[in-house]
Amino acid sequence: MARRVLMGNTAVAEAVRLAGVQVVTAYPITPQTVIVERIAEMVERGELKARYIRVESEHSALALVYGAAAGGARAFTATSSHGLLYMYEMLWWVAGSRLPIVMTVVTRSIGPPWGLHSDHHDALTVRDIGWIIGFASSVQEAFDMTLQAFKISEDRRVMLPAMVALEGFTLSHTAESVEMPDEKSVSEWLPPREPLPFKIEPGKAFAVGNTGPDEVTMELKWLAWRAMERSRFVIRETDLEYAKRFGLRSYGGLVEDVYAKGSDYVVVAMGAWCGDLKEAVEKLRGEGYRVGLLRIRYFRPFPWEELREVSQSAKAVLVIDRAVSIGHRGILGLEVSSAIGDRVPVKNVIAGIGGVDTGPEDFYSIVKTFIEEYESGSIEGWSIPEWYMPWMGVVSK
Amino acid sequence: MGMVYKPIDPEKEGIEDLEILSEKLLSKPSPGSAGKTGTWRLYKPRILVDRCIKCGICWLYCPEDTIAWFYRGLPSINYDYCKGCGICANVCPVNAIEMILEGE
Repeated sequence: MARRVLMGNTAVAEAVRLAGVQVVTAYPITPQTVIVERIAEMVERGELKARYIRVESEHSALALVYGAAAGGARAFTATSSHGLLYMYEMLWWVAGSRLPIVMTVVTRSIGPPWGLHSDHHDALTVRDIGWIIGFASSVQEAFDMTLQAFKISEDRRVMLPAMVALEGFTLSHTAESVEMPDEKSVSEWLPPREPLPFKIEPGKAFAVGNTGPDEVTMELKWLAWRAMERSRFVIRETDLEYAKRFGLRSYGGLVEDVYAKGSDYVVVAMGAWCGDLKEAVEKLRGEGYRVGLLRIRYFRPFPWEELREVSQSAKAVLVIDRAVSIGHRGILGLEVSSAIGDRVPVKNVIAGIGGVDTGPEDFYSIVKTFIEEYESGSIEGWSIPEWYMPWMGVVSK
Repeated sequence: MGMVYKPIDPEKEGIEDLEILSEKLLSKPSPGSAGKTGTWRLYKPRILVDRCIKCGICWLYCPEDTIAWFYRGLPSINYDYCKGCGICANVCPVNAIEMILEGE
């Protein structure tokens, strides 16, 4: 075990090195670029024995790791924002072909206007495809989640690609102390990839995803659905096993519970800003409010069971969203409401779009307003989401 | 009938699914899953043996892999599956393939 001070991007590159990835494709885009730059240096210095391929677009970046994984290799790529959107077609082919690829998405807003800072719109476009989607909230977690992504994705029970989202700049370019297991113990835990569910090689003639009956299209979706349901077990198991094996902490599987169970008020959010949100929750608890945070670690598979359990004893739930489905609600808000039904009132607040800074004081005011609204019985407004934009001069109703 | 799924034995079900998956996802080549496609042909390519320089370009370009050719040998066409697209006649550098109306 080594302790180092690393930026989020560098920590991801270190996890890729320790995983012994064999093929890496690279197309630069801020704020992801540092990941592939660091990997290029590792390959150059001989620390990572991988084929490092520079491609002409993100579409090709994913197409190429798709081919590499189909050939049995452990493959990795990374992107952000518009780069991810340019990959969109291939995202479906990778998931539909059930190839275990790991990709980092350093979240960044989507234009217009061109922006560099983080929200969750880019990562959440992957919602319906069949990728496992994790959201890290610290540099340590970005490292752990990336390493675990290989294990989960390649598991025989799963065989689905995995995406690890980490917040642009607030994680990608922020240095924190990270504990890293050594190369030998990682390679014992994560042996070379088993070439499943198929391997393209000379002498074997077959086509992948050839034209087929409509029923096969539906059956393949059904099989991916089944695999995603099984991945819940594998994610929880891997979280525990990793913690035990390397003497690190377990995060709690699909969610992290910060006083949420048994609290009257439950706040649901995901991503790096949960650090600031925790601070606000701590402060409110200090003032006597029975409030807790349920941090979503995995958006797919969605932790609906965990949410239901926590909401059993809650009076009200607040979802703070960093992405919105224009025409309905915040995306996480929609997901949470569909998971817990209408047994508990849910308030949805949209904040931090385009990277708008949302700090502990903001969260304190958002959460306190939510509790006060509930306690004074004025929750009619909750049927529509609330946009938190204090600079517009409207902080509360 | 409606189908629902909640994993009971993830290990066992995972392995079972993998077997089904490779069956559904992969297709192995086999002759004529659409029948003998040669019957679709309107024009038929005919190799003019005297002109052929045995270069193999027709073999390389045939989109249906119905031309057999061995290095420096004469090509031969599998009329059971040749759809008569005429690409071979078009690419032949010495015009040694002619397209004749089927049935003549």
